Formats: sequence, C-alpha cells, structure tokens
Amino acid sequence: MSTEALQSYPQQWQRYTVGQRLLRFALYLLFIVAIVQSARTIDIIPEFLYDAPTQMVDLVNRMWPVDWASFQGTISTALIETLHMATLGTLLAIVLAVPVGLLAANNLTPSRSLNLLARFILVSSRSINSLVWALLFIAIFGPGALAGTMAIAFRSIGFVGKLLGEAIEEAQPGPVEALTATGASLGSIIQYGYWPQIRPAFWSIVLLRWDINVRESAVLGLVGAGGIGMALNSAMDLFQWDRVALILLLIFGVVILAEIIITRSRRSLL
Amino acid sequence: MAGVSTQPDTQSRPFALSWRARLGWLVVLVYSIYAASQLGFSWTRFESGLELGARFLSRLFPPSLERLNILWQGIAESLEIAVLASTLGILLALPISLLGARNLMPAWATWPSRALVALCRALHPVIVAIIFVKAVGFGALAGVLALTVASIGFIGKLFTEAIEEISLKQVEAVRASGASFANVIIFAVMPQVFARFVGFSTYQLDSNLRNSTMVGIVGAGGIGGTLFSAFQRFDYDFVCTILLTIIAIIMLGELLARMVRAILLDNVSLGELLRRKPQTQFRAPAGEDL
Repeated sequence: MSTEALQSYPQQWQRYTVGQRLLRFALYLLFIVAIVQSARTIDIIPEFLYDAPTQMVDLVNRMWPVDWASFQGTISTALIETLHMATLGTLLAIVLAVPVGLLAANNLTPSRSLNLLARFILVSSRSINSLVWALLFIAIFGPGALAGTMAIAFRSIGFVGKLLGEAIEEAQPGPVEALTATGASLGSIIQYGYWPQIRPAFWSIVLLRWDINVRESAVLGLVGAGGIGMALNSAMDLFQWDRVALILLLIFGVVILAEIIITRSRRSLL
Repeated sequence: MAGVSTQPDTQSRPFALSWRARLGWLVVLVYSIYAASQLGFSWTRFESGLELGARFLSRLFPPSLERLNILWQGIAESLEIAVLASTLGILLALPISLLGARNLMPAWATWPSRALVALCRALHPVIVAIIFVKAVGFGALAGVLALTVASIGFIGKLFTEAIEEISLKQVEAVRASGASFANVIIFAVMPQVFARFVGFSTYQLDSNLRNSTMVGIVGAGGIGGTLFSAFQRFDYDFVCTILLTIIAIIMLGELLARMVRAILLDNVSLGELLRRKPQTQFRAPAGEDL
C-alpha cells in the first residue's frame, strides 16, 4: 500500500460523529440541569427529615401487634369487594376494548381515520391514571364499588386494546387470505382467521391486566371508590395503625396470590 | 370407499366450542351477574349516573384559567419529584441489580438484594407513599422516596434478569487477561446490558412522571393534592385544566423518553432525530402497567 493511501485515513478514529456527540452532550446537560434545578427548588423541610427515624420506630410500634381480630366483618367484606371490582372491571374492559382493538389494527381495519380514532381512544384511556378515572366516576356514580369498577374498566381499555391491536397486526395473513377467498363474512374471518392466532396473546393480556387490576383496586378506595382501600383510609384517619398493618398485610397477600394464580392459569391456558 | 360417508356433513359446526370452553363462558357469565349483585349495581343507578355524568361533563368545560400559579406550583413540584426519584432510583438500582445477579455474585450477596427488590415491588407506589408521609411528613420528600422505592423495584428486577442473560464468554475473556473484578464489570458485563438499562430507565422516568402526578392524593406533594382538593370542592372547571395539563405533560414525557432512547441507543444526529420515525421501540415488560 502506498504511503499516500495510508495518509488519507484519519489519524484518530472516533466512535461518534460531531452531530451525535453534540446531541449526547446536550442530553447530558439537560439531565444535569434538571437534577440540579429540582434538588435546589424542591420543598423539603429538614426538621421532618431528622425526625424520620423516630417517626418510623413510632409507626412500627403502633403497627405491632397486628390487629388480627378486626379481620372479621368490614375488612373481610372489603377484601372480597376489591377482588370483585378487579375481576368485573377486567371483564368489562375486555368487552369494551375488543372492538377498539379490532379498529386499531391496520390489517383488519384498513382505514387510516378509523385507526387513528381507535388509537386516540386507547391513548386517552392510558394517559389518565386509574385514580383520576375513579375520581371522575365518583363524580358521576357517587362513591362506592360501581365507580371503582368503572375506573378499572376504563383504565384497562387502553392496555388491553393496545396489546390486542398489536397482536392482530402481527397475525399471519395466510389463513385470513384463504378465508377471504372462500367468501367468508367478516365475522367468520375474525373467528376462524384471526382468533386462533391471537388466542394465546389474548389470554396472556387478560391475565396480566387482571393482575395489575388487583393491585390497583386496592388503592382506589383511598379516593372513595370502594374496596379495601376505603377500609385502609378510614383506619388511617382514625390512627388505628394496627388495623392499617393488617390491611397492608392482606393487600400484600392478595397481590402474591394473584401472581401465583396467573402463573398457574397461564400454564394451563396457553 | 366403503364406510366413508359421501353426504356432506351439514349438521355439526366445524370448530365448535368444546363443552369445557362452553362451561367456562357460562361460569364467567354467572360470576359477572353474581358479583354485580354483590356490589349493588343496578340499572336505575346506572341511569341516574348517566344524567349526573352529562351535568358533570358540562361543568368541566370551559376549563378555568384563573389559578394558573397554583397549577404551575403543583406541576413544578411533580416534575421535581419525578426527576429526583428517577435519579435516585436509577443510581441505587444499578449496584443493587449487580449484587442480585446470580451468575456474578455469591449467594450471600444475591439473596438480600433480591429480597429488597421484591419488597420494593410488592406494594403500590401510592401505598408506599402513605407510609413515607407518616415517616417524613407531608410534602414532596415523601413522594420522592415513594417513587424511588418503586424505581428500585422495577429497574432492579428487570436489570438483574438482563445481567443473568449475558454471554459469559466475554466475561471469561476479560478475566483471563487478568482484569480486576471492577474491570470485569465495566468492560465485560456493562457493554452487554447497558442498552437495556437505558431502556428500563427511560421507561421508569416516564412511569415516575405519571405517578408523581398521583402521589399528592395521599399528601406526598405534587399536583395530585391540588387535583384532589379541586375535586372535593366541586371545582370541576379547574379539574379540567389540571387534567389537560397532566395529559400534555405525560405525552411530552413519552416523547422525551423516546428521544433519549434514540440518542443514546440508536446514535442519531440532530437532523435524523427530527426526520425519522422511532426505531427502537421499547416494549414494557410483562406484568407492568403501560
């Protein structure tokens, strides 16, 4: 190789171009500015911070011994109510989300405007936290389990619909084309062409959402939407920390139970 | 063709549901009716709700623009909570997940860190916020701590799993060159998993942004408290303003998270960033709320 050719190579190799490096530095700068600015302006009362260990010890002392006796009665019914809310909310969400999911899938609904409409519904359902959905439905139906169930259902539409739409878009076109060639109706195409392909995805989406909903339904009661959160809220307002401890343990147990149930049923369903 | 019927079978439906599937659907139906009656749902309640809902919607609009300084204070505090909680969470999750990886660490190190991560994941962020409100008092600090715990739980679990999936060939090669343990981590482990770490972190930043608008409901700072009190005072036009602002911020946050992934993972330059469609799609891991 001639020396000329060697010299035309750069003396130094660099991983990133100038533009990429500038962009990276801009990003790092943004992070640092955001962190410094937040740390400087955030409103923290130092006395509360020094006090925290004593307060924690006090909290643990008040929580122990756990008030197991109060499980009978209001707390056990509230726990059952929570599970009903999560399950019914998930079922309602499936009913509402399936049509939206079908509309969101571009291969099944080849209309750009309908896809966008469905995406908009899904995005707005997901952007609003379930606690806010609960507040909205409390304003409509009044406090109670109905508001909580509706909140769970409306929050879940986005999750179920989005994942269902993606599953439909990933389906193989072969069976669908074969069915279309036989002159099958749209209902038959969905039932025999798409459904067998998306069925595992569908069940896993539903189980995942149910698991999330069990966790969320325990919190909804804090704003008055029924379930064990309401018992938690009243126990905290009355400073019955031994009851709070019981409720927290129950929520913990239910969450773990839900996780066991979904791993089990996933094995048998899929 | 003896024994084979030449008549087309028009009686039985192809792909008919099995009796087990039918029984399953029946159980679901019966359960729904039972649960709905247990929770006291009724058609009259639903109907009166629709009427109230129409009135409620009409009171939401037009959004009120009167107390913008209160809105701004709450939003700023929410953003601060999200930024600090993400920073703390990411910084703490990195060593915890390295300690939790079974292929790198002995059992006495993995067990405590895995237990810590499981504990952080067990409770909903809002419930964790309640406990911190009791411990450190009302205000933003409780929110920061609650969301830090949530971040450690999320990033810790997924990043530990990511580290356990790495190829050990590179680790062995670096070790064979006589590298120290720290060098093995920096030059053999981190290059394999750093992209996923950035993915998890940006997802958690997005998720913290959403949750920081909520922890205020239990008194842990941010816009949530303002939103809740506006609801309780029936200030529905102000509620509408707050909700629209929150939605706008969440969408901006999603955009920012996508940009961070594009810059750090796909190495785009400024021109490409403005032109192209996103390539690195981050899929939320199973079991996480999108």
